[in-house]
Amino acid sequence: MSASVHSGLLPGAAARRRRRGDAAFRLVAGAAALLVLAVLGLAALSMLLGGLPAFQRFGLHFFLGTEWDPVTKRFTALVPVYGTLVTAVIAMLIAVPVSFGIAVFLNEVAPAWMRAPVGAAIELLAGVPSIIYGMWGLFVFVPFMSDYVDPWLDATLGQLPAIGVLFSGPPLGIGMLTAGIILAIMVIPFISSVMRDVFALVPPPLRESAFALGATRWEVVRQVVLPYTRSAVVGGIFLGLGRALGETMAVTFVLGNAHEFSLSLLAPGNSIAAAIANEFTEADSAIYRQSLIALGFVLFVVTFIVLAVAKLMLLRLARRAGGRP
Amino acid sequence: MSASRALHRRRHVVNVIGLGLATLATLFGLIWLVWILGTTLYNGVSAISPHLFTQMTPPPGDSGGLLNAIVGSAIIIALGIVLGAPVGVMAGTFLAEYAHGRAFAEIVRFLNDILLSAPSIIIGLFVYTLAVRPVGHFSGWAGGVALAVVLLPVVVRTSDETMRLVPSALREAALALGAPKWRMVAQVIWPAARTGIVTGILLGIARISGETAPLLFTALNNQYWTANPANPMANIPVVIFQFALSPYDQWHQLAWAGALLMTVVVLVLSVGARAALRRRS
Repeated sequence: MSASVHSGLLPGAAARRRRRGDAAFRLVAGAAALLVLAVLGLAALSMLLGGLPAFQRFGLHFFLGTEWDPVTKRFTALVPVYGTLVTAVIAMLIAVPVSFGIAVFLNEVAPAWMRAPVGAAIELLAGVPSIIYGMWGLFVFVPFMSDYVDPWLDATLGQLPAIGVLFSGPPLGIGMLTAGIILAIMVIPFISSVMRDVFALVPPPLRESAFALGATRWEVVRQVVLPYTRSAVVGGIFLGLGRALGETMAVTFVLGNAHEFSLSLLAPGNSIAAAIANEFTEADSAIYRQSLIALGFVLFVVTFIVLAVAKLMLLRLARRAGGRP
Repeated sequence: MSASRALHRRRHVVNVIGLGLATLATLFGLIWLVWILGTTLYNGVSAISPHLFTQMTPPPGDSGGLLNAIVGSAIIIALGIVLGAPVGVMAGTFLAEYAHGRAFAEIVRFLNDILLSAPSIIIGLFVYTLAVRPVGHFSGWAGGVALAVVLLPVVVRTSDETMRLVPSALREAALALGAPKWRMVAQVIWPAARTGIVTGILLGIARISGETAPLLFTALNNQYWTANPANPMANIPVVIFQFALSPYDQWHQLAWAGALLMTVVVLVLSVGARAALRRRS
């Protein structure tokens, strides 16, 4: 037991063995961490290379054209890109205010005994597999939309002059509005749980001073909590946006996989993720497959940027509050 | 005086409206949960039968079970765990124990969080070009690799976070006894952080049990029985996808039964793991 803490005092062979053991362990752990980076890098690279022939063949027109024809082998991305953006925007328009309301309810309104179970129930929505949203959407929500919501929208908003074109059309039930609503339900738990967590980070003295000055609860939320957490709230919204842009199964069931461009939100449409999911295994020519991979690369770049912005915004509040949310 | 009373009343009204809308928003969220889970439960329970676990997936318009898909899912998920969890724990160990305050660790954490939310269909495409294209056919192995990539960031993040919560005094005590660093990690840090690490893996399993998109172009599907991951393999999510979009009533029934099975497994795992995490903290 004469060997001391310092490995330099161990007998030569033992010290060497020990150094080698440590170095090997460190190497394995470091390699595992490097693999995380490699996965992301390789994913980007493989899709860039896989999609390159499509980018080269169709050039800038790939992003501007609306045709998608396996027979003449002309593939352009405007319809799925447009569908991805529109469904995500619809989802955000619904999910952001609702998530904010849920976070306010859980932090300000609900009695203490109600907070944990209601919060857990909302989080449960995030646990439901996305294909379940898709099936429910197809068998339950699409008929509901086509029986009740679509005809009503067509008869009211659809008759208005400028925006009418967005809401007119046959009540099929499938389409971008339905997909956007389902996406909203899916991202609500993500956004609301970020908002709820960061609202709880507001230092109690700030809130209490506002209450002491006679502010109502709503004024405390609007004028103390929200300004303090603004960057993280935006981060949470972008996190939800990243999810909505890339969500696949839920929208594949209800979008209708149509490649005709239509302004109406009630008409069948497409999204990048849905096009890939529907067509990739059936792509019967190299350029067909390459075009789908090129679409995947576009989706990858867009979601990467959105998620990176989300992360940076969340880090900003975390630094001030000391700790990772 | 009356102006200030009017102002007071207005502030009060705004307060009630704002908080009332917040309550309505919560109800709005809960309605969807009840509607979706209720539909799944109702349709799933009425489609459950003993044949589910004894018969193979049927040809179009015929009745049958989900045995090959259940077994295939189990095998592919097991592959994903075996391939993904050890790498995730080791990477988490590196971040927590070996990379203190280094830019490299922050970059890995940052990109890991992005991988955590990255669209899973992209992971499917990536693994297709990695493990299906070169081999020339779909396989259970490729499905396992794809699920491992989905699992990896979940495990990295939770194991990194729980290991950083282990008090430094434990590390110092182990090193002061003359233990080499790897034994300090393996015999002191890992046991101390065990609950968190296991919970992270459970959350990851819950996540991959519900994933469909990464399996579409990797494991694909197989109408027949196979326990060999070198073949294309049936699995619950892809069977649900194909059967739900088919025009056959029997196939719809099986899709609902599969949906119920999958939802129960995923929710039990994720709720259980979250409850364990909360009790610890």
